[in-house]
Formats: sequence, structure tokens, C-alpha cells
Amino acid sequence: MPLLDIRGLKTHFKTDDGWLHAVDGVDIAIEAGQTVSVVGESGCGKSVTAKTVLKLIDMPPGKIVAGQVLWQGRDLVPLGPQEMQKIRAKEIAIIFQEPMTSLNPVFTIGEQIAESVRLHEGLSKKAALDRAVEMLKLVNIPTPQRRVNDYPHQFSGGMRQRVMIAIALACNPKLVIADEPTTALDVTIQAQILELLQSLKDRFGMAVMLITHAMGVVAEVAQRVVVMYAGKVVEEAPVGELFARPLHPYTQGLIRSIPRLDTAAIHKVRLEAIPGTVPKLIEPAEGCRFAGRCKYVAPACRTATPPLLEVNPGHKVACILHPAAT
Amino acid sequence: MADDLIVDPDIAPQRVADSGMLGPGPEPQLGKAIASISPWQEAWRRFKRHRLAYWSLWVLGFMVLAVLLGPLFYKVGINEVDFQSRLAGPSLKHPMGTDDLGRDILARVLYGGRISLAVGMAAMLMAISVGVLIGAVAGMARGWVDAVLMWVTDLFLSLPQLPLLLLLIFLFREPLKQAFGLELGIFILIVTVIGGFRWMPVARLVRAQFFSLREKEFVEAARALGASTPRQVVRHILPNSLGPVIVAATIDVAAAIIAESTLSFLGLGFPPDIPTWGRILYDGRDYMDLAVHWAMFPGLAIFLTVLTINFIGDGLRDALDPRRVL
Repeated sequence: MPLLDIRGLKTHFKTDDGWLHAVDGVDIAIEAGQTVSVVGESGCGKSVTAKTVLKLIDMPPGKIVAGQVLWQGRDLVPLGPQEMQKIRAKEIAIIFQEPMTSLNPVFTIGEQIAESVRLHEGLSKKAALDRAVEMLKLVNIPTPQRRVNDYPHQFSGGMRQRVMIAIALACNPKLVIADEPTTALDVTIQAQILELLQSLKDRFGMAVMLITHAMGVVAEVAQRVVVMYAGKVVEEAPVGELFARPLHPYTQGLIRSIPRLDTAAIHKVRLEAIPGTVPKLIEPAEGCRFAGRCKYVAPACRTATPPLLEVNPGHKVACILHPAAT
Repeated sequence: MADDLIVDPDIAPQRVADSGMLGPGPEPQLGKAIASISPWQEAWRRFKRHRLAYWSLWVLGFMVLAVLLGPLFYKVGINEVDFQSRLAGPSLKHPMGTDDLGRDILARVLYGGRISLAVGMAAMLMAISVGVLIGAVAGMARGWVDAVLMWVTDLFLSLPQLPLLLLLIFLFREPLKQAFGLELGIFILIVTVIGGFRWMPVARLVRAQFFSLREKEFVEAARALGASTPRQVVRHILPNSLGPVIVAATIDVAAAIIAESTLSFLGLGFPPDIPTWGRILYDGRDYMDLAVHWAMFPGLAIFLTVLTINFIGDGLRDALDPRRVL
């Protein structure tokens, strides 16, 4: 049984123009200790999927229309707020994209790390602060005994993201959802943060759901990759397989749009981009949602939504152009 | 400007010695001096830069001390009648002169200051508590609860205040006098009517703060850590919305003192044998041509208090403005 099993999840938002299908039938399974990466452009429903797992979506306007979120076999969708509070941070923790604003400016770092420990493990103030120092040391903050009393404005972006990781891991969760943890940071710090996540994962053995739009990050840390497009999963495969044999035209486009140092410099090749943007998701029509931007588009693409089919062991794709689909 | 910097006592002598040659001027303080400055300390540093507000704080502090401790040293009864020296001007024996019954005005101003300041503080506390409560509930609940509460707020804002104050005092004066005794009964009545008509701007302010703060990432992060709604409000939203509320509170103290003076001046506040600043002013108004000092000193006290409080509010607004990073 997978640790987290998202089945047919649909999260829609009510807007003035109609229902926005942000997540429209997503299946993702994460085994214990595994790193699964969810990739896709901005506006593909990656973050909404992550927040739906922890039920951090404002309802209304949001609504889980269909599907299940099975956490160790137990469906989280019908759970009430009190039961969700016990799962958040203790079992599933989340790291947000914006380290600069994700910390409360009026409390010290130590108090904020201690908060979740005190909430979930009922430790005393003293013991919780000791844990905070320990966690700061773990995420490589120098002189943690002193920094624990500092305020967020005294930390840089990279350090704040380390603090966010410390907060997420303080209760020893089984799954960490990292929602674009490196997007707001510069490239060298990005590498440090990913390395840190990786080493902590090896140490504590938790599963990681890494949401990103950087294919380079995916190749580095993930074991499995889920490619999302316009609220749907279009391809899912082990990381090596995906980079070696991308089957969906969207995945192929994503991989081709990674800047490469080796070929570009020698052959003076222009970097490829996928033309167009993610379509509006308000009451979308039937058919493949990538059809409008796809090089290989066929008339059949616009009439029926292609199902996600397993074409090779562990490799699923939702495209009618693939031989297995016909 | 050198003394504006927060100087660690351990390194201060050395710093003064160093800067002796270069002349005074702000220098970067490294190491211990910049460790763990809380946002409140930072605000205090900025507040001290605001000269007018800083000195107003001293003047107001002196007046509060004088009013609290003055009667302990200046032992002249507030109702000691001395017809021999009625309407006498300021002298050594009566520093602020006497009234038409030969009562010492300084003693009456000191005693009246206690009541005026107490009314100001209590009415402010009431206005702030009611305003924060209503604003917080409206800001968190949104939907129809928010609509109803804001409707009530608008209703209160549109009431003609002075006639209503007069009516309320007329209706409740006697029952409260009987229930709590003369002085306390009137005090409760005055504080309630003044505070009860001043909470609306605070409620609107807090509601607007809650609207923006509840969408902040750190509040979402707290929710992701399993914090319940009351906890999010008390620990994460309220402390961050306190700045503007404190500024509103100072202005409210001044407004309440003025309101009490107005009521007393109209003869609707405290009875004649209990002096307040407004009451003394009211009593002295008939003798403006014979004894200017009688009305002048309580008027000056009101003027200075309100002015300094407004300056302090000004300084606090600058100091607590999060956009200022000076």
C-alpha cells in the first residue's frame, strides 16, 4: 500500500465566470521513503494538488468535487478540521515557495520551530526550544544556540528556507511536500537547499513530494516524475525512463526547453520553447488540453480526453498518438 | 545623532573613544550590538528619532506622574473653602490661583487630572477592545457575519453622537448612581458612552488588517503546521495587526479626554464637587473677565495632554510602519 495515494482528485474553484477546474482528475501514488517530483508550468494545478492533500484550500471558493486522498489507506477528504490539524506537520508537512514571507515577523525563529513541536508533542517550552536548536543545527545554521533567539528579518532568504525546512521536519513527518522550495532563491542557494533536503531525507527516511517547474531539479533528486498539464497528469515515469524516452509531446517540449551548456555552445542552437500558454481552466471543453499547443495535433485530439494508460511497466502517458492508445 | 544608536554597554566606551577623532556620526555596529533586536526594539529606536514624539512622551509622562503623585506632596484639600482669598491670581500660596469659593485650583487640577486621564484610558481600552473584537470576527468570518457587523458599524458611525450621548446620560445617570455610588457610577457611564461611540474606526481598521494578514504566507504556514483558527488569530494575525491599533489607541485617549471635557463643560459629566478638567473649565467660564487663570490652567492641561498624545501617536505611526526600514 502506498503511503499517499491520490485517486481521481478534482479540486474546482467557484469564480464569477464559472467553475475553474484547477485539478481535474489527478492520480499520484507515493511510496514510503520515495521522492516523487511533480512538474509542469505555472498554473498547471501542482500547488493546488499539494494544498488539497492537506486541505489548505479555502472552501469556499474551493471545492473537492471528486476523488480520494488516501493517507496510509485512510481517506483524508471527509475529515474535519480538528482531525486534519493532527495530521498536518505531524504526519504530512509542507514547505512553501516564499521563504521571505512564510515566517511570522514578530516571533523569534526558535518560537516558530517550537510551535509545531509544542502543538503536536506537548513538549514544555524549554524542551521545545532545545529541539529548535537541534533542528537549526541539522539544517546547518551556524551558532544555532544564538540564532534561535533571532527574528526572521535577521536571516537571508536561503537561511529562512532552511528554517522552514527545520519547522517542517521538527515533528518528524512521514511525508514532506516541498512546494517549489527553491524557486525564490538564487542558483547556488538552490543547490544547497536541494542537497540539504536530500541529506535529511536519507537520514530520516521520509517520503518527499517535490513540486517544481525546473526539470534540472527533477533529474537531480526524484525517483519518479509526474508531469502535470492544465490540471491533469499527462505522463508518469521513473526519472531515468522519462528523460530517456519522454512520450507525451508536452514532456518532450519541457525537456527540450532545458538550457544545455554542452550542445548550445558548440552548435549555436536556439533554445526551444513551447509556444502559447496554459489554457483557461474555466469549464474546459472535452479533448486533450494540450491540443492547442501540440505540434502533432490530430482531429481526434479535440474530441475525446485521452486516458492515462500504462504503456511500459511504470510508465504511463495520456496521449492518443501513442500506439498503445489505439 | 550618535546617541540614537542602540549601543551595547560593553562596547560603548570603546566606540566613543574611536569616534572622538572622527566626530559624532552613525557607525555600523557589528557583532553583539545587532544581535536579536526584536521588532518592538526596532520600533522604539525609530520612535526616538521622532524628536517631537519623544519629548511629548516625557512631557506626558511628567503630567501623569504629577497627577498620580502630586496630591501626595501637595497637601491642599480640593474642597477647602477660603473666602478671604477668593478669585486670587497665581501666587506662591496658590500656584494656580483660586476659584470663587477660594478653593485651590492646582489641587483641583491635579485631582481632576486623575479622573480625566482615567476616563481617557478606560474609554480607549473599551473602544479598542470592542473594535478589535468586532473587526477580528468580521475579518475572520467574512460572508454574512462580516456584512452584518459592518452594517452595525456603519449604523453607529451615522448616529448623531452628541444628542444620543445626552439622552443616554439622562436615562442612565440615576440608576448607575444608585448601583455603584456617585463617583464610580458616573465614571462607568461616561466611559461606556464615550468608548461605545469610538470603537467603529478601530473595527474597520482591524477588519482591513485581518483581510490582508489572513492571506499572508506565514498564516498559511501556521495552518499547515496544524494551528487551529483561534491560534492563528491570537498568535499570528493579531500581533501583526497591532501597530495601527496602537496608533488608533493613542488618538482615542486624546479624543476621549476631549469628549469628557465636553460633557463636563455641558454640565453632564461629573457633579460639581468632583473636579475634572472639563468641569473646572465649565465652572471658570463665567469668570473669564475677572479671573482668567481659573479657566486657563485646566484648559492648558487638556491642551497639553491632547497635543502630546497626538504627537506620540504620530511618532508611533512612523515607528510602527512596517514599510519604513530606516
